[in-house]
Amino acid sequence: MSPKLERLSQALHEVLGGRLRSIVVDRGEVTIEVAPEDYLGVAQSLRDHADLCFEELIDVSGLDYSTYGNGAWSGKRFAVAVHLLSVAKNWRLRVKVFADNDDFPVLESVVGVWPSANWYERETFDLYGIMFSGHPDLRRILTDYGFVGHPFRKDFPVTGYVEMRYDAEQGRVVYQPVTIEPRENTPRIVREENYGDVGHG
Amino acid sequence: MAEIRNYTINFGPQHPSAHGVLRLVLELDGEVVERADPHIGLLHRGTEKLAETRTWIQSVPYMDRLDYVSMMCNEHAYCMAIERLLGIEVPIRAQYIRVMFDEVTRILNHLLGIGTHALDIGAMTMVLYTFREREDLMDVYEAVSGARMHAAYYRPGGVYRDLPDRMPQYEVNRFKNANTVRQLNESRQGSMLDFLEDFTNRFTGYCDDYETLLTDNRIWKQRTVGIGVVTPEQAKAWGFTGVMLRGSGVPWDLRKKQPYEVYDQVDFDVPVGKTGDCYDRYLVRMEEMRQSNRIIKQCIDWLRKNPGPVIADNHKVAPPPRERMKANMEELIHHFKLFTEGMHVPEGEVYAAVEHPKGEFGVYAVSDGANKPYRLKMRAPGFAHLAAMDEIARGHMIADVVAIIGTMDVVFGEIDR
Repeated sequence: MSPKLERLSQALHEVLGGRLRSIVVDRGEVTIEVAPEDYLGVAQSLRDHADLCFEELIDVSGLDYSTYGNGAWSGKRFAVAVHLLSVAKNWRLRVKVFADNDDFPVLESVVGVWPSANWYERETFDLYGIMFSGHPDLRRILTDYGFVGHPFRKDFPVTGYVEMRYDAEQGRVVYQPVTIEPRENTPRIVREENYGDVGHG
Repeated sequence: MAEIRNYTINFGPQHPSAHGVLRLVLELDGEVVERADPHIGLLHRGTEKLAETRTWIQSVPYMDRLDYVSMMCNEHAYCMAIERLLGIEVPIRAQYIRVMFDEVTRILNHLLGIGTHALDIGAMTMVLYTFREREDLMDVYEAVSGARMHAAYYRPGGVYRDLPDRMPQYEVNRFKNANTVRQLNESRQGSMLDFLEDFTNRFTGYCDDYETLLTDNRIWKQRTVGIGVVTPEQAKAWGFTGVMLRGSGVPWDLRKKQPYEVYDQVDFDVPVGKTGDCYDRYLVRMEEMRQSNRIIKQCIDWLRKNPGPVIADNHKVAPPPRERMKANMEELIHHFKLFTEGMHVPEGEVYAAVEHPKGEFGVYAVSDGANKPYRLKMRAPGFAHLAAMDEIARGHMIADVVAIIGTMDVVFGEIDR
């Protein structure tokens, strides 16, 4: 671990203390996990504490762990990974939060802390159906007007459910159930450890 | 007395200066913008979902189609993410080639950005000149990868092949006679590096030409000075990166601050703006092109002197050379496995970011050890920039909205993904 990462993890331990569920340093990156109820408070400290200074929110990414490792996952299903950047300190951090309820995942919105979270949370809501309480304008953003479902969930088929075509008789575009079959060219395979020993092995 | 009402109009998605498929719902009080609500997603293809159903290497060409004016930079971030997950080293020559093509791409992107920005706000001529130079650089793309735009040239572990010894030449046809062809081929007699070097020598002159057209142009300044001002604090709060952040006076460039590949070996400066308006960002882009030119020259110099491998020797990740594959059973098996099942990436997650011409382009990749990504998230710089549209455009005239879209340099391939 480089001295810089050591300093960062030291500062995280000091500032967040008990609110830190876990801290992982892997491949030169620091990932912390926090509980959903601490999320907003942690966000505030991460931005404002002079030893951390994460003034930029770079990315918010939804995650659906339901088929992770071909079903080997036992934790909560939905998570959000927030990528932060400190321009002043020149370091990065990933914050992960798992939503408590798998059927209706809700997390607190960090728009008040970092305004750039606005569209990222809208995107996460749109694609994963994770709700953000306190978000000022939680509308769909990437999918079509009137779209049903959350397409990036693992149980949503890649082909979708409806397709669109021009109907000459009605003189307009109509929606109909998809007519194409889902097709998988290369099956998804998880090999045992050290299969073919790539890289680290 | 007549009732005064605000007016709501649709700007785009068919507007020529909407840069593709931006639909902007503008609420106007007379000509002043009260609220701007960008509707995006008209070009949403679900690249991230598609990538989950493809092997790691099959998604490389999708990256070209994200930001389709800076293709190789997108590939770069994706390949870097895979390399970090695997923990493999890229040969030094491949790193120089990547840096060189990143900078070629930066020039390509800024030429289009400045050209169309000028076109949008009334300077018709610019785009004609910038597209002339883009043509030369696209020929370089084509010489090295076979495709003018969607190159798929960067691969996990290096680049697809070494630089060609011969630059493709024009041929006589019924539109071009022998004389024209000879003129066109004058700079194409040598290798690709010779052609690129000739271009870099010419390019500073071209930049001077662009500056003559715009920098002191009265109309250009009236349209851009003081328009779309972003303070450094706002820029950070809105998650700006790249030129949008540097234009506001924050000296932040990943190539300097968190150097990847061989950016710490090459010499270049990072231009920074002062006021954070459209004009400053234009000046920053102009200077960045000159700096990219400098970097390309240094890379050409190094690449001439140092031959070597351009892709990693690990055949679980990169295919073996074709002739060895034909002659050797072991290599044949590697080749077959790599292109059918694909590579297995160890479990873990990684976020790899590059200084893309538009800002920070990042790839967040999660692997569960399978031959396909478990989750791939692209962090597009334009997404964060466009998200701040409402706040930047508020209080400006409707014509300035066009200038702001131009200065953000939005491309919908990356925003909608």
